[in-house]
Formats: sequence, C-alpha cells, structure tokens
Amino acid sequence: MGKLSVNLCGIELDNPVIPASGTFGYGYEFAELYDINVLGTFSFKGTTKDARFGNPTPRIAECSMGMINAVGLQNPGVEKVISEELPKLKKCFNKKVMANVSGFSVEDYAYTCQKLDACQQVGWLEVNVSCPNVHGGGLSFGTSPEAAAEVTKAVKKVTTKPVILKLSPNVTDIVSIAKACEDAGADGISLINTLLGMRIDLKSRKPVIKNKMGGFSGSAIFPVAVRMVYQVANAVKIPVVGMGGVASAEDVIEMMLAGATAVEVGAANLIDPFACRDIIAELPKKMKEYKIDSLKDIIGGVQ
Amino acid sequence: MKQGLFEICQNVPLTESVYKMVLRGNTEDITSSGQFVNIKLDGFFLRRPISVCDYDENTLTILYKVVGKGTKAMSQMQEGVLDVLTGLGNGYDETVSGETPLLLGGGVGVPPMYKLAKNLIAQGKKVSVILGFNTKNEVFYEEEFKALGACVTVTTVDGSYGIKGFVTDAMKNKEYSHFYVCGPEPMLKAIYSASTTSGQFSFEERMGCGFGACMGCSCKTVTGYKRICKDGPVLFKEEILWEN
Repeated sequence: MGKLSVNLCGIELDNPVIPASGTFGYGYEFAELYDINVLGTFSFKGTTKDARFGNPTPRIAECSMGMINAVGLQNPGVEKVISEELPKLKKCFNKKVMANVSGFSVEDYAYTCQKLDACQQVGWLEVNVSCPNVHGGGLSFGTSPEAAAEVTKAVKKVTTKPVILKLSPNVTDIVSIAKACEDAGADGISLINTLLGMRIDLKSRKPVIKNKMGGFSGSAIFPVAVRMVYQVANAVKIPVVGMGGVASAEDVIEMMLAGATAVEVGAANLIDPFACRDIIAELPKKMKEYKIDSLKDIIGGVQ
Repeated sequence: MKQGLFEICQNVPLTESVYKMVLRGNTEDITSSGQFVNIKLDGFFLRRPISVCDYDENTLTILYKVVGKGTKAMSQMQEGVLDVLTGLGNGYDETVSGETPLLLGGGVGVPPMYKLAKNLIAQGKKVSVILGFNTKNEVFYEEEFKALGACVTVTTVDGSYGIKGFVTDAMKNKEYSHFYVCGPEPMLKAIYSASTTSGQFSFEERMGCGFGACMGCSCKTVTGYKRICKDGPVLFKEEILWEN
C-alpha cells in the first residue's frame, strides 16, 4: 500500500482524490487531456432513471471565489449511461468508478441503483439526496432524516455495492441526517453538496440564472465544508468523503484532518482541467512539508 | 484543447468599449476559425470565453468588449502573462462555403469573421462581409476586412454610418452560396428567417468550464442536446431549434 492510499468502504484507492460528480462528465472528456488512471476514482455525472435536459440557460453565475450552477441533472438516463457512456469510459479508465445517482422518488433511486449494481465498472453508488421529492411536497430527501433513511434502505435492498449517501448542507442539523443514513445501512457519507445561492444582475434586475437559484460551490464554501465534515465524521462510524471548495493538496490534507477518508474535488476542475492531476502530484511534497508519513494516519487527526 | 501561458504583446482600444489584445504563445491546438479561448484572470473565479479573431503559429488576436468587471480588468492590463485554454469549440466548416460566401458579424460578433474571411479569401473564394453596429463610433475592423480583399458593407441601426438598419437590410440585395453569422441572438433569429441558403450560426452562452465538462451551456437542437462550448459554438441552420 502506498503512502497516499486509503480504503473507501472496502475498496482500496491509490490516493484519496476523486473528481466530484457534475464536474468531470463521464470521464472520457478529461482522458483526452491526461491519463485519468492517476485518480483515486471519480464520481460520474449525476444519473437518473430517465433522460433529462435539465434547466433552461443561463445555468451559471460567477461569485467571489466561487460559482452558482443550476444545470438540473442533465444526463442521458441510466440505460444510455450503461450502454453508451460506461463502455467509452472503459477504454480509458481501468479502476472502479463511483456512480452518482439522483431520483425524484424512492422508486426512482432503487430503479437506477439496481441497474448500476449490475455494472462491474461501478465500485460505489453515491446517492445524491439533494433532489426534490416529487411525492413529498417537493422538499429534498436530504432535508429530513426519515426521507434520507428511506432512500438509503431502498437502495441497500437492491445492491451489494457500497452505498454512499451524498448530503445537502442546506439543513439545520446535518448530524441527525448523517446518523439516520448510517442507521439505515449506509456504507459511507459524502458531503457537502452545493449551498443554495442566488445572484441578481444589476442592469436587468433579474436573477443571473434562469432558474433563479442554484448550487453555490468553489473555494468560498471550503470552511463550511470542513466544519460539516468534522461534525459528521465525529458522529458516525462509517467513512466520510469530504468535498466543497477543495482546490489544492493542502485543502485535501485539511479535509482529511477534519475526518474525511477521501476527498472530492468539484468546481476546481472547471477552471483548471488538470486540477486533480496536479493535486495528486503535489500531495507527496505537502505530506513531507507537514511531516505526514501516510495519509491514512491523518484521517480525523485534528487535535 | 491545450492549457498554455500567453504573453500580452498588445492591448489597445478600438472603440470606447471594444479592445484588441494580441498574445504570444503556443497556438497549435487552435485548428479552425470560429473557435474560442478561455482566459483565467487574477481575482476572478471563472475563466472568460472569448472568440478568436486571428492566429498564426505563435500569436493569437482577440477582440473583446468590456461588459463586466472581468473584461474591465482585462482592458487595463498592459503587460504580463495569461493562463489560456486554446482550441475550444468546433469552429466554422469552411469546406461548404461555396464560391461566394457571405459573412455577417454583429457588434462583438464581428471578430471571428476575420480569420474566417482570411481563410476563405486564401482559398480563392469571393467573400462578402456585412458588419452591423448600433452607431458610427462603435464601428471597428472595417478597414481590416477591406485589406483582406473582402467586399465590405457596414450597417448602423441609427444610420450614422454606412447603410441605415440591420445586417438583414444589407443582406436583401446579396447573392451568396452559403453564410456564416455571429452576433446577438435577435440578429441570429432575423438572419435565420431572412436567409435563402444553408448557413452556420455562432452561439453565445454563459459557460462554466468551456470544454464540455459541466453542462452549463447546453441547448436543444434537431439532432439532440448539444453543449455550446464543445459541440458548438457553431451550429448549422438545419439543426437549430429556437426555444426562448
């Protein structure tokens, strides 16, 4: 085992760096730029039961040290992901990939996860519970411990692969939701998804994004993410994947000290397509600087 | 696509709000007219996508309009080095131009027409160009297009220079084999209706990454969903669906 390696829910990763869902497509676009096998793994574009175009444009707004997006889970639907996207990925990525799944009902989640469970390439199922529950008044599954637990149980029933629940930070008590997922059988927790945000154009006096609101990500949210990873990692026994504004090897180390077993990198990929490759290359130097022998040793190591 | 460092050689105003910047660096990944570059600016989170006006082996020319804080900061740069992603977007298909192509640029949609005109003229095509602006003091690059040997018509909305009206008014009397257009969406729509041949349209959209990863700039087309940054910015007339 290398000094950078970590074990995420029973699967060894060469390093803890994972491009986050929605910032890395289905991987092969980045494979044109560098050998993506240097990654620990990556979480592919949020996949739903049916194909989705997503929200109307503009979908993107800039902020100080960050951005807002309201893409709206554009994806070709799980059948096409399996028949078209995964075979393309296989040609350039020989590791297990993390499948990111979204749904608008408990049945949706179970359907999509069952389909992906049959794919050998898929190592983990990362279940995004930030989507609105169409049968539950539109509130996101991730805002109630009961709804998050219900999704967890439904997904666990249809798969033997490790299930990681990806949590929304837009809640009053993140710990109660993480614990509910753990109690329902989740194998891991990943957080934080984007923070709900909004920008207004002063000239037109209209929201910059057509959907009005969107998910705020980027360096600006890093301290919020570190805090929530710390809180959750201290409350659950299952591994935590930390994300939110990570943009450097030092950010990865900080996330791991807060309690993350692995670390996802999101918006940074959009500004610098080589961000993850460069972070991985930088990690050994930073480990030396901070006297870290093995990354495994620092998980939750904050004093 | 390539990420590279480019040295600022020139950065001068052409009008009150449009600037010309000449950069020196590795341009080998720029393969077609109509492509764009994505520029990282200190102090701003997202890059700025800007169309390529002209390029050769080691220089890149962009013409950009100051529309916000980022482009304002760009306009004040005198020297230094910029982190630029090059070779983005599909670019224009020059092989279907026919012998008498018509190029239409509106405002800051004019720049990508320059390299296109240069290439088509070098291929021996008889190129007509219509440049549309709001008013006389916004006009730029008329002489540069003439120097290439193109037949140039300028229109202004207020009639203070050239033909009074829109590019479509100047288009009525033209005979052409194919057309290429870049400009604001109302202009694109007007040309879509007024044109009598096939043609290619350059689209603009707010982008996250500019290289196909984030799905921030998707649009619906006759042939399915496309990303303006990766599958565009150029779409053929036959595949366009007007939504909004």
